[in-house]
Amino acid sequence: MDLFEYQARDLFEAHNIPVLAGAVATTAEEAERAAASMGGKVVVKAQVKVGGRGKAGGVKLAEDAADAHAKAQAILGMDIKGHTVHKVMIAQAAPIAEEYYMAILLDRANRNFLVMASVAGGMEIEEVAHTSPEKLARVGIDPNVGISLEKAREIVKAGQFPAEIADSVADVLLKLWAAFVAEDATLMEINPLVKTVDGRIIALDGKVTLDDNAEFRHPAHEALVDHAAANPLEAAAKEKNLNYVKLEGEVGIIGNGAGLVMSTLDVVAYAGEKYGVKPANFLDIGGGASAEVMANGLAIILGDPEVRSVFVNVFGGITACDAVANGIVQALAILGNKATKPIVVRLDGNNVLEGRRILNEAAHPLVQQLDTMDGAAAKAAELAAK
Amino acid sequence: MAIFINKETKVIVQGMTGSEGTKHTTRMLAYGTNIVGGVTPGKGGQVVEINGTSLPVFNSVAEAVAATGANASVVFVPPKFAKAAVMDAIDAELPLCVVITEGIPVHDSAAFYAHAVAKGKTRLIGPNCPGLISPGLSNIGIIPGDITGPGRIGLVSKSGTLTYQMMYELRDFGFSTAVGIGGDPIIGTTHIDCLKAFQDDPDTDAIVMIGEIGGDAEERAAAFIAEYVTKPVVGYVAGFTAPEGKTMGHAGAIVSGSSGTAEAKKVALEAAGVKVGKTPSETAALMREILSAK
Repeated sequence: MDLFEYQARDLFEAHNIPVLAGAVATTAEEAERAAASMGGKVVVKAQVKVGGRGKAGGVKLAEDAADAHAKAQAILGMDIKGHTVHKVMIAQAAPIAEEYYMAILLDRANRNFLVMASVAGGMEIEEVAHTSPEKLARVGIDPNVGISLEKAREIVKAGQFPAEIADSVADVLLKLWAAFVAEDATLMEINPLVKTVDGRIIALDGKVTLDDNAEFRHPAHEALVDHAAANPLEAAAKEKNLNYVKLEGEVGIIGNGAGLVMSTLDVVAYAGEKYGVKPANFLDIGGGASAEVMANGLAIILGDPEVRSVFVNVFGGITACDAVANGIVQALAILGNKATKPIVVRLDGNNVLEGRRILNEAAHPLVQQLDTMDGAAAKAAELAAK
Repeated sequence: MAIFINKETKVIVQGMTGSEGTKHTTRMLAYGTNIVGGVTPGKGGQVVEINGTSLPVFNSVAEAVAATGANASVVFVPPKFAKAAVMDAIDAELPLCVVITEGIPVHDSAAFYAHAVAKGKTRLIGPNCPGLISPGLSNIGIIPGDITGPGRIGLVSKSGTLTYQMMYELRDFGFSTAVGIGGDPIIGTTHIDCLKAFQDDPDTDAIVMIGEIGGDAEERAAAFIAEYVTKPVVGYVAGFTAPEGKTMGHAGAIVSGSSGTAEAKKVALEAAGVKVGKTPSETAALMREILSAK
């Protein structure tokens, strides 16, 4: 789960990483009140989970509370790269002397964690990494060893931070590591880390990604979920514990296993070129395709007004095809006359003959079976075009 | 011959007394996998009867190894307890530990992977993987045993169901070993490890490699193929038409140096001489051509 900037700020603060005063607002009035309580100049920042908001006009300096109202008014509701701004963060303005960069993240390639730190921070860090890699310290961290004070000092030195702030920056790094571990994060980035004109080191903006698999040991993370952002169908799917992503298209897709479902999207997209139709969604029902899971999945997909046909693509591994077939039959019985769109089914693998027999016997008018993934995809695309 | 496992591999099941563990132990036994016992901390001393086979349960992997001579384990322990289970296998210096469990926090995977590297004795496969099968010899994990039989194709895949699909597409040829390495951000055995093992395996003639969007494992595998692999390799990458996901911050792009798209992976693989199919059936057809020409 990716956090908003204000959530990252709050999380940093909870782990004693130095941040400026900040508050989140969903209306211009709230923004004005927050600015008034901080006093002086504030920055009004659009809260969207996408980069480039500064260039898009989503970050504005406000002279006072009244100005914060005006700036928030302008930013709220704005569209930034397809993300509507529902919240702004009001942050104390600070006179900045210098901008630095610091991040800890999961390094998939080296299968450990990676610290990156550089005295050359700010917006252009990717450019720095490319053109002056010597200015960017990149140090792998053994998860079973962590970061000692000595290691932190080494990293800060390698990032070419000046001596007079080295201890403060090392201290921030140690706190960031502690937060990274304590919260089960896969990314914590401070960009920029700044030195103010009065010499304080402060995390001015942050990006945080938390590991969804670790939810069981972080009940507090539930409160960070952005329910507003989810598409209504996605929200309904999540409630049923279904792995569903809404796409723009006409062929509803249900399959088992993320790889096979992704592959199904590809095959349907190719087949659909001829008819001008595309996959409408990603839906992985996982290993246990019980009747209930199948019914929930079908209900979500048939609830998508854009869907004109459905393709159920299952390779029975541990799940037997007869269970899947029974699931489809029972799902259609549960849905009754709410099921109105043609359903193309391709079953293969474990107990496939029995699965096909069950569907043939049920002879539901909406259901037709095909033997191959390619053939079924073509049929589903054709039906969606009608 | 096969890679990583054979008829002699003696397997213990970590989490055998749980429902998933019992179900799959039954399946693996039926296949002919040499299962010699199980480990469930606190249940040591019990005996589990499965279809006439008596399997002793131990409190730790070290005890199980001492009593049975096991040289591999398969882990069906729930995510909360998976780290402790895998650490136990590594501490017992078990040569192979196959982690089926899905949903393990990545900080836990990072910890047990680092521990395995530090000890240098254990090959981890997974987590979040279907395991591996050397048809006719041994089946460790949850891959269905009846899709196909022994043959001379090696298969390595991030995805479970695509592994099954590809085995099915090429069922008339059969496989030396099929390995599901899992799609988690941190996995123990990579595409590259399997490519190397298949290249070195005299009973493998050709290799199918299945990837997915995200990360840059396929790009690194392509570089390895160019350098080391002389056997024909056919590739498939799922997710050609997946919409581009949002990226968080700059850190990811700096690290991977790749967009992680299927197209980028395809280009990298083709540059290494790998024939890449657009769909599973097209990929199978490419392999068919290669094997028929032999």
